[in-house]
Amino acid sequence: MELSDSRVIAAPRSKVWDALLSAEVLKECVPGCQEMTGSVDDGFEATVVQKVGPVKATFKGAVTLSDIVTLESVKLSGEGKGGAAGFAKGAADVSLSDVPEGTLLTYIVDARVGGKLAQLGSRVIDGVARKMADRFFENFQNAVEPEKTPDPETSDQVQAEPSAEGEGGEAKKGWFKRVLGG
Amino acid sequence: MPKDSGIGASSKRREDVRFLTGAGNYTDDINVRGQAYVYFLRSDIAHGRINSVDTSTAEGMPGVVRVFTGKDFEGVGGMPCGWEVTDKHGAPMQEPPHPILAQGKVRHVGDPIVAVVADSLEQARDAAEAIDLDIEELPAVIDMKSAAQEGATLVHDDLKNNICYDWQLGEADDAKVNDVFANAAHVTTLDLVNNRLVANPMEPRVAVAEYSRGTDEYTLYTTSQNPHVIRLLMCAFVLGLPEHKVRVVAPDVGGGFGTKIFHYAEEAFCTFAAKACNRPVKWTASRSEAFMSDAQGRDHVSTIELALDADNNFIGLRTNTYANLGAYLSTFSSSVPTWLHGTLMAGNYKTPVIQVNVKAMFTNTVPVDAYRGAGRPEATFQLERVIDKAARELGVDPIALRRQNFVTQFPYDTPVALTYDTGDYNGTMDKLEAAADLAGFAARRAQSEAKGKLRGLGVNCYIEACGIAPSNIVGMLGARAGLYDAATVRVNATGSISVMVGAHSHGQGHETAFPQVVADMIGIDESMVEIVHGDTSKIPFGMGTYGSRSLAVCGSAMVKATEKVIDKAKKIAAHLLEASEADIELKDGQFSVAGTDKSVAWGDVTLTAYVPHNYPLEVEPGLEETAFYDPANFTFPAGAYACEVEVDPDTGQVTIEKFTAADDFGNIVNPMIVDGQVHGGIGQGIGQALLENCAYDENGQLLSASFMDYAMPRADDVPFYGVDHSSQTPCTHNPLGVKGCGEAGAIGSPPAVVNAVLDALNSGGRAVDHIDMPMSPSRVWTAMHG
Repeated sequence: MELSDSRVIAAPRSKVWDALLSAEVLKECVPGCQEMTGSVDDGFEATVVQKVGPVKATFKGAVTLSDIVTLESVKLSGEGKGGAAGFAKGAADVSLSDVPEGTLLTYIVDARVGGKLAQLGSRVIDGVARKMADRFFENFQNAVEPEKTPDPETSDQVQAEPSAEGEGGEAKKGWFKRVLGG
Repeated sequence: MPKDSGIGASSKRREDVRFLTGAGNYTDDINVRGQAYVYFLRSDIAHGRINSVDTSTAEGMPGVVRVFTGKDFEGVGGMPCGWEVTDKHGAPMQEPPHPILAQGKVRHVGDPIVAVVADSLEQARDAAEAIDLDIEELPAVIDMKSAAQEGATLVHDDLKNNICYDWQLGEADDAKVNDVFANAAHVTTLDLVNNRLVANPMEPRVAVAEYSRGTDEYTLYTTSQNPHVIRLLMCAFVLGLPEHKVRVVAPDVGGGFGTKIFHYAEEAFCTFAAKACNRPVKWTASRSEAFMSDAQGRDHVSTIELALDADNNFIGLRTNTYANLGAYLSTFSSSVPTWLHGTLMAGNYKTPVIQVNVKAMFTNTVPVDAYRGAGRPEATFQLERVIDKAARELGVDPIALRRQNFVTQFPYDTPVALTYDTGDYNGTMDKLEAAADLAGFAARRAQSEAKGKLRGLGVNCYIEACGIAPSNIVGMLGARAGLYDAATVRVNATGSISVMVGAHSHGQGHETAFPQVVADMIGIDESMVEIVHGDTSKIPFGMGTYGSRSLAVCGSAMVKATEKVIDKAKKIAAHLLEASEADIELKDGQFSVAGTDKSVAWGDVTLTAYVPHNYPLEVEPGLEETAFYDPANFTFPAGAYACEVEVDPDTGQVTIEKFTAADDFGNIVNPMIVDGQVHGGIGQGIGQALLENCAYDENGQLLSASFMDYAMPRADDVPFYGVDHSSQTPCTHNPLGVKGCGEAGAIGSPPAVVNAVLDALNSGGRAVDHIDMPMSPSRVWTAMHG
């Protein structure tokens, strides 16, 4: 399945770009991410807990960054193996451009699943992928934009599904804003 | 006047007492002391090259007995195919290897790669999670027409292409066929899909195997429709074991529908591993495993063309079909789109020129093999759909068009290799018209329309070739087996009888119907006769149950053996009565001397056979006889079905309002069991027509692998059925005159449902000439508004 969207981030392009290439930021933004280590050059290793329909699993996998055009665009590709639950693969083509309000982030996500995830979760996979992509970029926006008041709707979602969200929340947000100097 | 016992009586199914009270003994109920459990790690991609399999961590995990990979089976045979099809150029089909565990490549989601044997199933599963697979994903071959193209990705690298065979039956001269179509007054063409189905018997597959070091003997308990066939295939082609050292038991089996005919890798694995581990090994499929490892059914994509002359006589028929075989050749898969399909394309009609073309394709999907009807539903669906479309195009009554073209003279040699011995298609259609009250349809339609619904009537015929079949004929057609059957009638000293039969009962009611025949022949109570089946150590031999063959073939063997028993018993009776054997008559369990009041009871004769104090010296003691029976021809059950549906024009929802079946099964032993078989078959046909679909995405991921996504018919999806089997033209060549009834419902019902829905839509002014199955509300609504 493929989905695309864009959102305006009230931050300069250089700051958005740096955040995109940061393991810490990615960890906070990937929904359900438990662990993320590595670097842009070597790629990242990630552990993500996700629930798709009736299947909940821990995915271990690699995220690689490619097609890097500094300040312009990057491709994030990931493949996670969930053991008996099957696998998930995806890639996001992200590009940045200047807009009066800050930076326009555009993404095209291509995702697919296999094994038990496809067998049991195929009816809901489109919705899950869309929700995950939205959540990621929303988290990302929150992380990068300075002094944004929390969106009450997002906060509700975080509380509703803590297991899938990792340890998101206000305290953490404050932490990586400090990292980014935001 | 209905009989209350013997042939023709609706005796209650005696086996249901144990099935309905939880006293059945299924394979999963069998646990052998010390057994270990196997978990199969299966491919979660459709196609890939295996670079490495690292089992080292798993081998050290708690409880793990041994971990097997494809390498352990390099010196072992693969899963065999039991039918060699010769293509239209005279070449044998392409027959790729089918290893027990994947070697080199994985070829479908569910292909077993590693087998972990451990003390408990949980330990085996945990260990499987620790196995590191390095598999390079390859493009999946899914769409059959693309798979047939030059340069397509190969499912099997050693084959020249993905086409198993390009087969033809009927008129070989293309010019002659073209000529018929060029000169036809009308040609109707239809493209259609026969959707892939999953059989989903209530009981998933199970295998338990044990090996005795002391005697070098193996016992395999398995969910099979034919334990002797499994033993033969496994011993001779897969594991290289002597048959006399292997016992295969298929105890109570909870439904088969064809998918438990085949020899599967898991049962061969358990047998192999029982010796290799020196421990009994058990495997019980989960429902998810069943979806991706049980052979699936149907999956044909066809174009059919029907040529008619100016008087609406059928003058030519041509079909082009792509038949999906999946990733490997399952045991009888190659025969289904060919000899079980092409040979039925004449249907009930005297079309003089028929050409059937079938390309059978390898794809990265679960193997496809026989499923209730096996090839015959695919043939019937094409033919009865194109006839219906022709009737609509020509503006003629679809029943009249069929009647006009019926075969009426028997025996009838079809242009596609069969000889129909008997039938009465007009008579059966008369029964349908009466039983379904077709005269009252207009009024029922008006009632439906008054409440805003569209009502449609679909009628079609079917014919099937059952009682498969004469060994000499199937041998010529490529079968690597004979298709006779066997029975031993063992009369005990006190007169009760055990009949060891080669047919296996897994829902068909043999345990009730077979004794009715023997009891009727002797004139004793049915309760004195019991059948024994499903154990190679107890029965002489058996080719098993499929193709509606049990009573026609194995039942005939049982009749022959019973006749031998009666002949011998008459000799003993003659001795006891001091009369000539020729004067002895057997009636109601009494042997009597014709024209006298001298008689001796069945029980006295049987006791004499085992206590032969006063006994004819030239006769052996004991009373037990065996017969093998090889039929002279197939049997040809045929029928006519009528379906009435309502379609909600706002939602496209279809409901079956009325379904009537008129079948000619020849003579009938137990009418109630026959009704039940027809009910079940129609239920599966309605499932195919409205609900069931096995779907893969373009990457070969199986999307419908649970009952959330694979819609089985439920009680509220089907109506109360009307079943009429009073049209009876007895089979001319078996002693009971029976034809077989197990598959008819599944063969005859899908086109009736589709024809009915199209009739409803057209009556509502929508010119829709086809909707692919399953006719979901979305498809129907789209067709109405498209």
